[in-house]
Amino acid sequence: MIGKADQIFVLLQHWIMGFFPPAWQAVVGILLGVVAILIVFPTLFALSVLLERKGLGRMQNRYGPNRVGPCGILQPVADAVKALIKEDIVPFKADALVHFIAPLVLVVAVFMGFAVLPVGRNMVLVDMDASLLFFFAMGASTELAVFMAGWSSHNKYSLLGAMRAVAQMISYEVPLLMTTVVVVMISGSLSLVKIVEAQNHFSGIFPHWYVFTPWGLAGFVLFLIASMAETNRSPFDLPEGESEIIAGYFTEYSGFKFALFFLGEYVGMLGIAGLGTTLFLGGWAAPFAFLNWVPSWFWFFAKIMLWICFFIWMRGTMPRLRQDQLMNFAWKFMLPMTLINLMVAALWRFVDEAWLRWAVCWIIVIGAYVAMGRMGMRRKRIAPRRYRYAE
Amino acid sequence: MLGEGILKGLAETAKNFAGSYVSKERLTTVQYPEERIPTSESARVFPFLVYDGPDWEAGLRCVACQICEKECPPKCIYIEKSKDKKPDYVGKLQIYPARFDIDVSVCMSCQICVEVCPFEAIKMDVEFELSTDDRFGGLLRNRQHLAKSNEYYHQIHPTEASEVDARLGEEKAKLEAKAKAAAAAAAAKAAAPAAPAAKPAESTPKPAEGTDKQ
Amino acid sequence: MSFAFYLISALTVAGGLAAVLLRNIVHCVLALTVAFAGLALLFLQLDAQFAGFAQILIYIGAVAILVIFAILLTRDPQVSQGKGMFSRTWVTGLLIAAAVFAVMGWAVLASAPALPNETSTPSVTVLQIGDALMSRYILPLEILALLLTAAIIGAVIVAMHEKVRSK
Repeated sequence: MIGKADQIFVLLQHWIMGFFPPAWQAVVGILLGVVAILIVFPTLFALSVLLERKGLGRMQNRYGPNRVGPCGILQPVADAVKALIKEDIVPFKADALVHFIAPLVLVVAVFMGFAVLPVGRNMVLVDMDASLLFFFAMGASTELAVFMAGWSSHNKYSLLGAMRAVAQMISYEVPLLMTTVVVVMISGSLSLVKIVEAQNHFSGIFPHWYVFTPWGLAGFVLFLIASMAETNRSPFDLPEGESEIIAGYFTEYSGFKFALFFLGEYVGMLGIAGLGTTLFLGGWAAPFAFLNWVPSWFWFFAKIMLWICFFIWMRGTMPRLRQDQLMNFAWKFMLPMTLINLMVAALWRFVDEAWLRWAVCWIIVIGAYVAMGRMGMRRKRIAPRRYRYAE
Repeated sequence: MLGEGILKGLAETAKNFAGSYVSKERLTTVQYPEERIPTSESARVFPFLVYDGPDWEAGLRCVACQICEKECPPKCIYIEKSKDKKPDYVGKLQIYPARFDIDVSVCMSCQICVEVCPFEAIKMDVEFELSTDDRFGGLLRNRQHLAKSNEYYHQIHPTEASEVDARLGEEKAKLEAKAKAAAAAAAAKAAAPAAPAAKPAESTPKPAEGTDKQ
Repeated sequence: MSFAFYLISALTVAGGLAAVLLRNIVHCVLALTVAFAGLALLFLQLDAQFAGFAQILIYIGAVAILVIFAILLTRDPQVSQGKGMFSRTWVTGLLIAAAVFAVMGWAVLASAPALPNETSTPSVTVLQIGDALMSRYILPLEILALLLTAAIIGAVIVAMHEKVRSK
């Protein structure tokens, strides 16, 4: 069931590799993959920025950008040109070297993550054994870049933003890792390629994605929340809370370095969306058996763009959290839920009877969710707020 | 239940998102260069100089008294008095501004110049598209740019302009009445001392100016 | 021993030296992360993927950040205290460093003949590591887990204590 259209990029790569002597072919193949990543994901970045601006506009009953090109589709090009020709200002008291390196570290770390994402059947740059770990290792390096940016700017707002960002990213990295552990437990592999292959089965027309199991659904929701926090997206965008600390850690960046931060943020979003898709939504697997003829890479990109659309939707909906709410949510809700989810996954693995494990796992997951929600709500006493002086 | 509010919020934004494509009333944006809202009568943007009659240079109400120049908080007005004189709306000889420049980039649209002007000579315009690609010359408006006819003033601020016209007309009528009375008195007195006949006629505008300032 | 090995080693050593010799303490931490990254690359060069990535994830992602937090929360990083580059207890420091180096050197030298003369590195998958951790090394793992749990509880108690006192 592997068509030509499905493998078109792989065939293209081999065709180009054929022009080189055999000793060079491996290097050329890797280079081609790198070039493809460096072309495709920045393009998607431009697309998602445009989608975000238009979508947010529509949610607020505005038009959004509609001037540059037909319906404003050339807006990202205009933004890129603007970023390129703007003056690059380095503050006088800034640590010039670190200030310069920070955006580079961020962008490099973010792009490295794509090396292990299987974007289609046989389409992964490096198929390694511990690719999930690799992805998180690269994600962890971005924290350092953020700190470098905030500290080297020699600006209180930058430093505050960086500290907020680092604290938030560390706090949410714990649940993020724990939710992925569930998938690793069930599929028995850290390799993303194998995880996708484990999900690419169908019973009837319905796929066996992990999101359709109790532990998978819980893991998916937790992963979604944690990934929003990890990429500093609204409602977890405290590190760049415009109303409080200007732009957080990239307050002092301008011109192309700012564009690099912007790129890093959105490409990081695409990366984590790709990881979530791979872990829970079946990666490049088709959603229905009869849709298997559609190329696998199409499904992958369609899924990550859906994911991005959901991020935009959330951004249009939610107000920003407060710092204590953020931390309470991470440590008092997310972490216990992920731990319970780990136990549920273990039960799933070791209970053999199908109906029993479905029933037990659903009961535990839903029960834990309701109980923790109740507990959290009771402590906060959520009620219509009364203002003494406004009546 | 936990998360209920988030779902409600998501539904709300989704409703707005879809609604903005369906119903035009939701979109409050005015697509500016193509669409325009008519400026409201109370709009005030940038000062201009009012002139009466067909010729802008002869009809300028401004007498270069420089009160606005002194009162202007950001000091964006520059006036040079003329050497010669020309008759104003009541026919009296007055100095006129040889130069009257306002710097668009400095003006803060506070309207203080309008409030202090005793001659109803400077008023606020509604034109807001003052941007230009010439940073220096283009943003400095000289008196020819600034001069706009009284009819234009009527067009943009009808209520205010008719009030001003009524006031000026009243003063003019008062002055004429006074001049007539003085002329009559002079004519009555003309029998005995013929020599100082011209003097009271010339001193009459002064109290009129005083009433104007109120 | 390839060219890459020497390059990575030079990077690691340079990072370590910079971490010791630089005056600005935040620069020291950043240099230390370079050393960590170099170590991770060395692991990767030895085909030890799990160790290499864990090194990046834990040392760069957590330890370096923790050190940074500790520095920024305790004192002004711009001011370098003291005149000289060496502290007053440098003799003790040197002795400890020498002792650690001696033990490590002894361990490496002693273990060299114990290794069978393998030319190719055994390819250890993450699966095998997991199996080993859960079967043969279960006791050390549990002891470590207990230690970490104790550390977490200790940290919580320290934090709680301060909160009570401030009230």
